[in-house]
Amino acid sequence: MIRSFYIAAKDLKAEFRTKQMLNSMFIFSLLVLVVFSVSFGDFLGDAEKVEKLAPGVLWIAFTFAGMLGLSRTFVMETENGCLEALMLCPVDRGAIYTGKILSNLAIVFLMEAVTLPFFIILFNYSLGIGTLFLLLLIFFLGTFGFIAVGTLLSALTLGTRTRELLLPVLLLPVLLPVLIPAVEATAGVLAGNSIGNLVPEIRLLAVYDLVFFVISHLVFEYVVSD
Amino acid sequence: MENAVSIRELSKVFGKTPVLKALDLDLRKGEFAVIFGPNGAGKTTLLKLISTLIEPTAGSVFVSGFNITEEPEKVRKEIGMLSHDSYLYGDLTAKENLHFFGKMYGIDGQELEKRILQLLKEVGLVTKADERVSTFSRGMKQRLSIARALLHRPSLLLLDEPYTGLDPGASLVFENLLKSPEFQGSTKLMVSHDLERGFALCNRLLILDKGKFVYDGFKTNFSGFQEFREKCGSMLA
Ligand SMILES: Nc1ncnc2c1ncn2[C@@H]1O[C@H](COP(=O)(O)OP(=O)(O)OP(=O)(O)O)[C@@H](O)[C@H]1O
Ligand SMILES: [Mg+2]
Repeated sequence: MIRSFYIAAKDLKAEFRTKQMLNSMFIFSLLVLVVFSVSFGDFLGDAEKVEKLAPGVLWIAFTFAGMLGLSRTFVMETENGCLEALMLCPVDRGAIYTGKILSNLAIVFLMEAVTLPFFIILFNYSLGIGTLFLLLLIFFLGTFGFIAVGTLLSALTLGTRTRELLLPVLLLPVLLPVLIPAVEATAGVLAGNSIGNLVPEIRLLAVYDLVFFVISHLVFEYVVSD
Repeated sequence: MENAVSIRELSKVFGKTPVLKALDLDLRKGEFAVIFGPNGAGKTTLLKLISTLIEPTAGSVFVSGFNITEEPEKVRKEIGMLSHDSYLYGDLTAKENLHFFGKMYGIDGQELEKRILQLLKEVGLVTKADERVSTFSRGMKQRLSIARALLHRPSLLLLDEPYTGLDPGASLVFENLLKSPEFQGSTKLMVSHDLERGFALCNRLLILDKGKFVYDGFKTNFSGFQEFREKCGSMLA
């Protein structure tokens, strides 16, 4: 288990040195928010309409920015045959998968946290500190499911020539069960609901996260060995 | 004494193409075997099977008594692999690369620090320890990947054409490390296209062709490289 952390720490060290993935994801998600906020300019005074639109816009930004990052996560490993080197280490394949999840989760979640203030400004929200934490919790749960599946599919599409195209096409349908509750929960939080009112969505997200983590963990071994 | 490597009836089929056909091979501890053979003979495939990177279609492989399909993690601990790929992260420094892999092999703390310094000295990269690998020249990368492969003191070294691209300096470093007391006792299985060098280093010669060993014998069977080339050259054509 500790070796998963070593893998994640290594990834994060490399990522923070270049910030390639982080920067491109952040700029992408920011652009999506700006485009939507400009094109919905007229509505922004109307709180009711904003409430209906904004959560979806936010998750569109996160999902596509996240995919941008995911399609790169194993590229670093394949550059000098490093994935092979990892598979030669005395750890089981599951530990490699968990390590990758941890680093992807950290990077994508960070991107989301940095995007949040811009979202609040662009869509004219004023949120209390409690609401912010609740929002981050929802982000985390939604992102975990996204990363659990995305990391697996990213490994799966590794050997294909069209990986950048294939990944979103495969990933989006599988993600619907996590995106829908994530958007609903986000809308709930932004509308001022307390955690008590969001239990069904949170429970759904947690279950999805768990199920996909376990399944992907088991399947990963067959994905990386040919 | 138990063999370092013990292969029985090993077969590998990719799709419908049989690549290895019921191979048998025993390597005693400390033996240095070199495999020659034409392109596509299955040499790399054999090394990948032994190192648990791919699974056999049929047959069994034991490394230091551990079955590769049943106890792959124990097998991996025994193995040091040097291949065409450098197995290094370009965005990390030389030291960080060795640190990471050291920890993955369960070495830690003072011991790891000492080991890294020792290896960096041996491959002549101490002054470059804190530079990013992506800024390294090819030769420097290769020196570092030698250090990486030997980090955890493997008892079995799998070397897949280690000389391709090695400059004379790095080749010398490599040969000296193989001959050093530390690795004298370790078993080595090397794939090479460089007949003369391979012959000079090894004590056992294997020729693989179309997934079968067509020759298996000891260097002492020959008076010298010339005789080996005269007798076995035709099998490599
Ligand atoms: N992953 C794979 N999928 C399908 N076929 C493969 C795979 N790996 C190797 N092969 C096939 O197996 C055969 C043997 O390949 P291998 O790489 O073991 O040869 P080699 O002896 O190492 O050759 P070389 O001297 O060129 O390195 C080749 O015909 C190759 O096309
Ligand atoms: Mg080969």
